[in-house]
Amino acid sequence: MKGRIVKAGTAKGEALVANEAMGWLGCVDPETGEVIEKGHSLEGQNIAGKIVVFTTGKGSTVGSYTLYALKKSGKAPAALVCEESEPIVAVGAIISDIPMVDKIDISQIKTGDVVEVNGDEVTVE
Amino acid sequence: MLELTPEEQEMLDGKKSEAVQKAMEIVVALANIYGAKNLVPVKSVNVSGVSYKNLGDAGIDFLNEWAEMGAKVTVPTTLNPAGMDLLDWREQGIPEEFAEKQGEVIEAFARMGIPKTCTCTPYLIGNLPGFGEHIAWGESSAVCFANSVLGARTNREGGPSALAAAVCGRTGNFGYHLDEKRKANVLVNVNCPVEKGSDFGALGHIIGKQLKNDVPLFHGIKEASQVQLKALGASLAAWGGVALYHVEGITPEAREKGMLAEGAKVISVDSLEEGYKAMNADTDEVDFVGIGCPHASVGEIEKVAGLVKGKKLKAVLWVTTARATKEKVPAAVKTIKEAGGLVLADSCVVVSPVKSIGYKHLATNSGKMAYYSPNYCGVTVRYGTMEECIQAAIDGRWPK
Repeated sequence: MKGRIVKAGTAKGEALVANEAMGWLGCVDPETGEVIEKGHSLEGQNIAGKIVVFTTGKGSTVGSYTLYALKKSGKAPAALVCEESEPIVAVGAIISDIPMVDKIDISQIKTGDVVEVNGDEVTVE
Repeated sequence: MLELTPEEQEMLDGKKSEAVQKAMEIVVALANIYGAKNLVPVKSVNVSGVSYKNLGDAGIDFLNEWAEMGAKVTVPTTLNPAGMDLLDWREQGIPEEFAEKQGEVIEAFARMGIPKTCTCTPYLIGNLPGFGEHIAWGESSAVCFANSVLGARTNREGGPSALAAAVCGRTGNFGYHLDEKRKANVLVNVNCPVEKGSDFGALGHIIGKQLKNDVPLFHGIKEASQVQLKALGASLAAWGGVALYHVEGITPEAREKGMLAEGAKVISVDSLEEGYKAMNADTDEVDFVGIGCPHASVGEIEKVAGLVKGKKLKAVLWVTTARATKEKVPAAVKTIKEAGGLVLADSCVVVSPVKSIGYKHLATNSGKMAYYSPNYCGVTVRYGTMEECIQAAIDGRWPK
């Protein structure tokens, strides 16, 4: 699949798919990478090293720094793939050097799939 | 499709410096997301995300990384309030450890060429954009003032995106930079008097609660000072994410014809009671009074001084302002200090570590402070006029 580059890069890993929006500040623990938002479909899962697939971003504008904190603690996702990015997650990906692609039909990806991100290309193996 | 000038393309390709490239990546990504056709040069930047309370250690790491990379601002840039008065923080009761971290934040900004003074009213201390000028500002209340009262053009920038705009001197030409996005899509008929300062914050609450990224046009407000417009915008921005409003007969763009978009929604306000009620907890106890959100003007500080002259305050009083404003009114600062109050520069109640200082019951004349303080500072709030707030500071309880 071809999408749009938000942050250029390459990554390969296991997909973790949320068919909903992802928030960062207060939603993901920056020390462990665990999703801590109550009632979120990924609650209790860990995003570290995963290709995190979601619809769009949400929540506090300080969320960009949460992605940066994840990178610093070595718990960042390997890449971010979404339908429609918004400023908080886009800025977070750029300042944290996390490859990110949007405009992707995420229904084609299931949790556990091995996914490769290369520039604007997203390939499911 | 976004088109870059040859110079902008070079910046994005890293031909200027790593820092400019990184900044350009952020600006271009946002421009793409919002469908901008081009970038525009910005006249000034106000960077939000300055308090250590908001940034945390990850934020400090980020700022240090940019400073080490050699990032430098290329347009006049100001900083939003820090979590403390950069000089008088001990008097403010700030814990030593917090002060140390806050100092690191300010140093990182200074290395990027930003003066060490912090305020949410940059427009009162010389960062005053002109009508129609493109700027990239963070700080919701300042964004609202610059767009609405000054007629400058900015979106609501986050901390990193504002910094990026300052480093590359550009922002995406989308949102409130465009004529068509500045038209009002909601007409607000105000059918009750809006006169006292606190009336404007109460109106901001009532309308803000009903809007999301909308542009309201107020009809029926007879008079409004700049201080009152500052209060209205801060409250609208806090309660409703409003970045631009118009007041018929008062704000600059409201004088132009055709500022109401076709098919605009109409809402009416017949009383401000609901706003006052929602922003007042049911306790009369007051141990802490906050004036100056957004930062107090010269006139507001002098008014506080007049009200406390010769009195002894029971509750702690913070009057928060810009350092340049504080330096203009030494006599008023002295009067407030003699009564037992503090005039603090650089800082604000919302982004200070109020919880760890231990205050419990806040009184304020700010609709914005009333929005953030219960959750962010763990205090109860009483909301009213400046006179009521100062009386509460004198008595240690909210006036009946």
